[in-house]
Amino acid sequence: MARKASIWILDGNRAAAQGVKLSRVQVIAAYPITPQSPVTEKLSEFVEGKELDAQYIAVESEHSALAVCTSASMVGARTFTATSSHGLAYMHEMLHWAAGARLPLVLACVNRAIGAPWNVLNDQQDSISQRDTGWIQIYARNNQEIIDSIIQAYKIAESIYVPVMVCYDGYVLSHTEMPVDVPAQEDVDRFLPPYKPHTILDPANPKNYNLVTLANPRVNAEGVLCHGYMELRYLLQEALQNSRETITTVGREFGELFGRSYANMFWENRLDDADVVIVAMGSLAMEAMVAADILREAGHKVGVLGLRVFRPFPKADVAKALKKSRLVVVFDKNISYGLEGATCSEIKSALYGNSVRAVIRNFIVGLGGRDVKARELVDAVNKSLLSLKEGDLNEEYPEWICAI
Amino acid sequence: MQDYYEIRWHGRGGQGAITAAKILAQAAYLEGYQGVTAAPSFGAERRGAPVSASTRIATQTIMVVSQVETPNVVVVLDHTLLKYDEVTSGLVRGGWLIVNSWRHPKELALGGDFNIATADATRVCSSLGLIVAGLTVVNTAILGAFIRATEAVSMASIEKAIRERFSNSEVDINLAAITQTYEITKLEKIK
Repeated sequence: MARKASIWILDGNRAAAQGVKLSRVQVIAAYPITPQSPVTEKLSEFVEGKELDAQYIAVESEHSALAVCTSASMVGARTFTATSSHGLAYMHEMLHWAAGARLPLVLACVNRAIGAPWNVLNDQQDSISQRDTGWIQIYARNNQEIIDSIIQAYKIAESIYVPVMVCYDGYVLSHTEMPVDVPAQEDVDRFLPPYKPHTILDPANPKNYNLVTLANPRVNAEGVLCHGYMELRYLLQEALQNSRETITTVGREFGELFGRSYANMFWENRLDDADVVIVAMGSLAMEAMVAADILREAGHKVGVLGLRVFRPFPKADVAKALKKSRLVVVFDKNISYGLEGATCSEIKSALYGNSVRAVIRNFIVGLGGRDVKARELVDAVNKSLLSLKEGDLNEEYPEWICAI
Repeated sequence: MQDYYEIRWHGRGGQGAITAAKILAQAAYLEGYQGVTAAPSFGAERRGAPVSASTRIATQTIMVVSQVETPNVVVVLDHTLLKYDEVTSGLVRGGWLIVNSWRHPKELALGGDFNIATADATRVCSSLGLIVAGLTVVNTAILGAFIRATEAVSMASIEKAIRERFSNSEVDINLAAITQTYEITKLEKIK
């Protein structure tokens, strides 16, 4: 069997660290938290061993970690941080700041549940809770996608000056080893040019940056009419709205160079003839393919839509992909309390006004590390099919796959 | 080559069950299996407390990310764990239970519908001096019993994986432990 020497057996955290190293990151600031800690350990080893020419800045909290990355980015450095759960929650203020300042930071979020009660295991409540901070969010299904997405994240972020969060499931990916094709440094160098900042804070050329900005546009001391706060917010939204083009182009270019294309905002698995579609994000989209196999064997035309980019949400693409479906079953590893799973809401919103008549069912699964098995996904789809048959179409709230 | 193996490892924190799960995945990949995964049981681990891990080996890329429910091989690094039902839980009919034990498989008197292999890996390791912080480290040795019973991977692939993972000074003693345990493994197949 032909084997490429570039394939390593890596867990998700080591895949992430390799991606950071290959991206020639210059400043790393991170605070350890389970299950992210091995990323920071590996990166500090790289820096210590001079395998990576970067400053590793030890900080006392996640808030400081992201403040360091923000500052380092403003003086012209390519930066990286990683966190999970409470750590990401603690970064919340700086997440807004980094996006508002249009700094192309890259952050790895190793998805973990949030307390109370304490739980170190996987769900996606942490990153979903940061949905509205102005960051692009990309979710990986496996460890190959972690390393590939981190490398692409820098190119995307630095093309449009929007920070990118690469999210991957704690333990399920972070601590699970699998084969990963690690790109060669010279190929990554060809793919990813050095970071060009839009503004550099420099003591030799003092200036104010992100100073108090009033509601309305205003003429500055040099007589130039400057944007008000709202115009700057519009431009951030516009950047995210338009980022689909950059994300898919970067993904296509990556495919041309490395043989693994990321030219779509989501993964399509047997959607061509499917009238029942399972939607899932992250590693759950892998398990969903196993469920689809089982359902296909039972004679159902089932496909899987694996969400990859959650922000910007690819509304038009999703509506097109779901055009032929009569049933869409959305599994969420998060809950927007009082409503439903966040990805379900997005799917519904995408279908509005697009004449797609599919019934949409939502199941909340896998919170706090609860194992989600393909057979459980199969049961949920069968249950949804049955209610479709009985004409029982409207469910106001999601169902939960749990003991209650 | 069997298409698909699900292996669950049971040991105590510090015995190296997770490392064994990873070495086997690496060896299986070197053997030519396209799909391999190795994972700890998720959560907190403590020295001395029961821990488990899993390895999946397949001729195709592995899509399953949920935990192993119906293993076809269970490897037990500490025979005292056999008193817990979850150790043999889900082990498929005709699968292998591999135990680090001085007893003959028949003497374990488990009466399940699976094959049993035993080897006294602890004795092999203590005679070789494969001891870390006062504990005999049987995780590599038991791989000898694993390949003897299942024939899922070759000794050559295991050796390659050991050479990739361990420093030169550690390679010989671990390979000796694997080979010696392979030799003394006792097999008892169900009819």
